[in-house]
This record gives sequence, C-alpha cells and structure tokens, in this order.
Amino acid sequence: MNNKIIMKNMEQPGYTGSLKDYEAEGGYSALKKALGEMSQDAIIEEVKKSGLRGRGGAGFPTGMKWSFVPKDTPKARYLINNADESEPGTFKDRAIMIRDPHLTLEGQIISSYVIKCNVSYIYIRGEFYREAEILERAIKEAENAGYLGDNILGSGFDHRIYVHRGAGAYICGEETGLIESLEGKRGWPRIKPPFPALEGAFGCPTVVNNTETLANIPFIINNGYAAFASIGVERGTGTKVYCISGHVKKPGLYEFPMGITLKELIYDCADGIRDDNNLKAVIPGGASMPVLTPGEIDVKMDFDSLAKIGSHLGSAGIIVMDDKTCMVDACLNLSKFYAHESCGQCTPCREGMGWMKSILDRIEHGQGEPDDIDLLLEITNNIEGRTICAFGEAGAWPVRAFVTKFRSEFEEHVKQKKCVLAA
Amino acid sequence: MSVEFSQKTLHEFEGLLDRYPTRKAASIPTLFLAQRDFGYISNEVIEYVSGLLDLTVAETNNIVSFYSMFYREKMGKHVIQVCHTLSCSLLGAANIVDHLKSKLGISPGETTLDNQFSLLKVECLGACGTAPAMRINDDYYESLTLDKIDKLIDRLAVKSVNNPSAEGPVQ
Repeated sequence: MNNKIIMKNMEQPGYTGSLKDYEAEGGYSALKKALGEMSQDAIIEEVKKSGLRGRGGAGFPTGMKWSFVPKDTPKARYLINNADESEPGTFKDRAIMIRDPHLTLEGQIISSYVIKCNVSYIYIRGEFYREAEILERAIKEAENAGYLGDNILGSGFDHRIYVHRGAGAYICGEETGLIESLEGKRGWPRIKPPFPALEGAFGCPTVVNNTETLANIPFIINNGYAAFASIGVERGTGTKVYCISGHVKKPGLYEFPMGITLKELIYDCADGIRDDNNLKAVIPGGASMPVLTPGEIDVKMDFDSLAKIGSHLGSAGIIVMDDKTCMVDACLNLSKFYAHESCGQCTPCREGMGWMKSILDRIEHGQGEPDDIDLLLEITNNIEGRTICAFGEAGAWPVRAFVTKFRSEFEEHVKQKKCVLAA
Repeated sequence: MSVEFSQKTLHEFEGLLDRYPTRKAASIPTLFLAQRDFGYISNEVIEYVSGLLDLTVAETNNIVSFYSMFYREKMGKHVIQVCHTLSCSLLGAANIVDHLKSKLGISPGETTLDNQFSLLKVECLGACGTAPAMRINDDYYESLTLDKIDKLIDRLAVKSVNNPSAEGPVQ
C-alpha cells in the first residue's frame, strides 16, 4: 500500500531517522508551511476537517481538543506528547520514536504553534530509556537546524521541547495522571472538570496528544485535510498503525487505512495462527478492550465498527490467542496487571481489581465456587462508572467480556476443580 | 556511603531545574540521577533529594513509593526485568522466569549473593510484537529464547568477574 503516513519513511531500506534522512523525504516542510503561511485558526480548521481522532485510545477529535484552549489567556500554555505507551498489546509509539523521531517532533512543534505554547514536553514511559536518548538527540538536531529554539524559521515563534521520563506506572498514560506525574507527584488522575484545556499542567491550559496522533499532523498540513479524509472510513479517517502480537506467525506493526478487517490483519498481514492452530480469542484494541470470538473477526477495525459490536479500537493493540489458550488464565493475567496498576485513589477500583484477581486465581487453580462467576460480573458492574478515571472500565471490561463470552470454560474449571486446558 | 551528588551530577541537576516552572516537577528526574549514582533510593537519599527540591521527606516518599522503577533496597549490578503480561505470557514468559530462577538460584524479587543479578517480574514493557521480552538495567532484549538468555547471562557474568567495577554505580 502506498498511502502510508506513519511508517512511510521508516520502512524504506537504509532509512535511519536522522534529520538528514527525514529532510530528504520532505521532513519539516509542513512546519515551514504552517509557520510561514497558516494562521493558528486555519490549522485548527484543517485538522478538524481532516477528521483526525486521537490515536492513544480514546479517539477524541484532535482539532476540537486544540480549540478548547482559550485564545487570550495571560497564562502559559503547555502541550504534552503522550509517549507513555503502556497499554498491553501496544508497541507503535516506540517504533515511531526509534525509527522516525522527527515525524512526531514536527507534529509536536506545529501543534504547539497552534495553541501558542512555548514549552512542550514528551512524557515517555521510564522503561524507554534508549528511546528517550534518541528523542534527545533528535531534539538537538532540530535545534541546530533552527526548527526549535527562538524565532523558529524567522516566524517569531519560540519553542522548546523537553523529554520527561516516567518511572513505571501505567496510569500515567491517562492524561490527568500524566499531568500530575509531570508536576512531580503520584500519577493520580484528577476529577474533571476542570479539563486540562483550561487547567492542566502547572495550573495552565494544556493539551495532551498521543505520539502517533502528532505524527499525523505533518501529512495533513502538507497534503490538506481532504487527502487525509479520503483515507479510511467515515468517522475513522486516515490510517492506523495496528499492533499484532500473541499467537500469530508474523507479529508486528501494520499500517493500513482504518476499516481493514480484523480477519485481514490476522490472516493476511500476520500470516495466521502459529503452528496452524485455530483462533480462539482476540483482543482488538489493547488489553482494556473487550475480547472478541472467532465469529466476530469480520469486524472493520475502526472506532464505530468495533463499538457497534461492543468492543473498541482503543490503541489498536491486537492480542491473538490460539485454541490451546486457557481463557481463565488469560483473564487472570490481565486482572493481575490491573490490580498491580490501580493507582489506589478510588475504592471500587483499588478493592475491586484485587478481588477479581483473587477470584480468578482460585478458579484457575481449582478452588472456584459456582457463585464465583456471577460474583465476577457483579464486581465489574460495581467498578464501571464509579471511578475518577477510565481505568475502572479498563480493568472491568476485559473480565466481563472473558466471563461472558467464554462462560462455559469458566464453569468447567469450577466443576472439574482444575484448569481444563493445563497440559 | 555519603549521600551527596558529585559536582558533575549537581550540574546535571541544575540543568533539570531549567526545564520546569516548579522545582517539584524535577523530582522524578532527580530521583533517577540519585538512583544512578547511589544504586537505590535509601532513606538518606530521600532526605538529600528532599533538601535539594525543597520538599518534605513525606512528599518525596510519596513520589518514590508510587513508581515501580525506584528501588528502595540495594539491587544487583544487573537488574533483570522479565515482562509477564499477556503477549509475553502467551509466548512463554513463565518458562523464562523459571529458567532464570534455576540458572541464578534466586526467586523474583531476590538478588544473587554476589550482588551480580537481581530478578524481577514486571508488567507490560510495550514490546509485545517482539515477545517474550525483558530488560536488563536500561536495555531491552526481545524475541527471547532460553538459549539467547543463557548466552546473555553468561556474557554478563564473565564481564563482571573480569572487571568487577566496570559497570558499577558511579561514585
């Protein structure tokens, strides 16, 4: 496919992601165009009309997010590139940072210009130490070339980018948890309102955009909104970098227009299931999104199509499980993750995640009671919608979906008092 | 151990302060500098960092205790962090942990008696497409096999015997 946006450069043989290579592919021409010819309002309009929606998981329209920042405020404004990629099954932003760092930097500088922000940050997960080094080097290159610093390209716009490493906490990918963490605190999500666009980092208007979202901006500026909107589907424009992992022959990143089917991604791109086993279950959008059965994989991989069948596109982290996989064990694995990562602020989440983990643990190990299965569903109902941030849903949805869609397997574990798939 | 940054680290610390509108915002990067130089975040380190940042000891403690990458006790020279979340688990993370347990003679959360290796099970490292994955200190190792792990650990162990201080914390 030749209409790639995000992976176009990085997939070329010999491409290193250096400034020189990036410029040779037309890099920073969008920044020149934006700063030289376009007003802030014109760029917001362009991005709104492109239909670009956030690529981090929530899918909020990017241009609209920018437009919430007050136009005349005496306060500083901040933009944060959310590179805290931690949703299990998701590994696309890391590839962008390693293989084409200037792509997201250019988007970040343009977006900062739009909201008139002079300092922006890249909040990168702490484990990505080498990736942070790569970004620091790319920032230096951009500074030396005059794409960052004072009076960028003679436009009068000053901008600096700093890399800020997190220190190991999934919740810091949530935008208000991220802001708290950037301020040097525990990553405890905030009660909204106020929304970050009015009161975010350091009490100032703040926009948080995902790394892949920002990497789409140069294309939209260079080619116009219509070129972007012509790719993909209605309400799901552009391409998406799909991440495929688990029991497939060729795991990895595949960029396609939104709306490719899950089946095509699993069987055509990733070459099907390993060892020629059969497909049993697949998570379409990162660990938090409800699991799908083999009967559901004709679904198109865009926001609306997945929502229609009760799941979500999320971060497009696709985790494939073959028919040798125990659904109780897979569900237990994820519940351990959510119990570990709950920030502890809200009682339903802090207590509920741990409770679900211990119930799943006893079912998997042959000590489950018949009532445990409905108890799990009841706990998910008591978490969902009762927490400050969406982490409650993120931990409740997978359990509900696994239990509902694979109920007989849970019941067999309880009945036979053992894992029915253990070798 | 005297807990005080060297002139060089103090210079790095001053550089951090320029990046943020508040001193407190520099707390996480400052704690990373401290962990790099002192090996782990002891009570003395917390007091020292609090002084640098004008924070109370309780405030600094509050930050340190939230983040899994800050170590509150002495770790081995090579901290092995094995991902055990779903994609890695599907492709054999449990075998990797078992293998390392028997190879190193320690359980997750422990450090070998010679202080060379610590073993940790960690949550998703964001390298699912190249699962199973782990980190050793700040480096990723991906598409792991038991054979690859053996070679890697043996290489690190030999390096340590030949040159015990080569990769130790900077004093």
